[in-house]
Amino acid sequence: MAPVGPRSGDAIFSSIDRVNAELFTLTYGAIVRQLLTDLEEVEEVNKQLDQMGYNIGIRLIDEFLAKSGVSRCVDFRETAEMIAKVGFKMFLGVTASVSSWDADGTCCSIILEDNPLVDFVELPDTCQGLYYCNVLSGVIRGALEMVSMKTEVTWTRDVLRGDDAYELQVKLLKQVAEEYPYKDDE
Amino acid sequence: MVREVAESCVDTMLMEMVAMYSGRFYANKPELAARRIEAIGYQVGHQLSERFVPVYLIIVFSRYTMERPRFSDHLEAIKFICKDFWSEVFKKQIDNLKTNHRGTFVLQDNKFRWLSRVSIDPSSEKETEDPSTPGESKAAQAVSMYLYFPCGIIRGVLSNLGIPCAVSADISSLPTCSFVIRVKA
Repeated sequence: MAPVGPRSGDAIFSSIDRVNAELFTLTYGAIVRQLLTDLEEVEEVNKQLDQMGYNIGIRLIDEFLAKSGVSRCVDFRETAEMIAKVGFKMFLGVTASVSSWDADGTCCSIILEDNPLVDFVELPDTCQGLYYCNVLSGVIRGALEMVSMKTEVTWTRDVLRGDDAYELQVKLLKQVAEEYPYKDDE
Repeated sequence: MVREVAESCVDTMLMEMVAMYSGRFYANKPELAARRIEAIGYQVGHQLSERFVPVYLIIVFSRYTMERPRFSDHLEAIKFICKDFWSEVFKKQIDNLKTNHRGTFVLQDNKFRWLSRVSIDPSSEKETEDPSTPGESKAAQAVSMYLYFPCGIIRGVLSNLGIPCAVSADISSLPTCSFVIRVKA
């Protein structure tokens, strides 16, 4: 059969194995909670969530490439659109939008209106400084690194911190040459 | 409509959670890692049971908050885990339930979903490069670490129903996995 080319996020999401999102949301919540107990420093929790996301991202990129039929994006703009329209949809079942491009097309915002990670979540005052969804920024960073793009991903808006949406700023730092060396966990 | 996410999201998250606790935080203290992973499972079980437990069970157990529940009540709760709860979380029921009628229940899942994925962990990829025995025992250790999570979930559900218990897993005949529940007298 001829290659079918990129598939829509909806089509992929409806064809893959899915589970009840409550298990996912509650498990993530329980992990964050346990980390807050074990690590005390909120900064350190942010770091561990990001690291966890990074490790998840370097695994999920394979599934993304295999199931989406996406081959190579012409530029970072297309990459960002793929993450927002196909990536978020096929894994979390939600769509994100891309905006706020800078002049040279290396920095943009990915905005999530709907975020399954935070269903039933309320943060107590003691968690100030926590980036609850930090796993997501790690996932994007890890996944992009596997396709030779070094990025910096930061939260610029967060509903749990009182903003009106979830917004991630994704900044392309450099395009690494092909053949990324095998990297063990670190 | 029930919200869903890709199963790989849950799988990878669990693997990374286990890797974080047993690999990064407590690499030399497996008992501590196990306790934390179990605690995360317990929390999830506790919260999931508040969403999934049917009303009849809540009524059955609220009658016995002061007295000791009878065996038949324990059995109802265990059956709920075997059927409704397992279907909700793993899309299949427990295949076999045994009990000694004295507070020990063995729930056998002939193809435990989370174990079918755990075998494609990168730590097993490393073994193909280095097929020595320590790798194998390390993989077995990783699997048993991973199982503290579902054990914790089961304990969390039962404890929310007022049944204190200890839960362990037996994987001597993979991919079959048996969960042994010992209700505390």
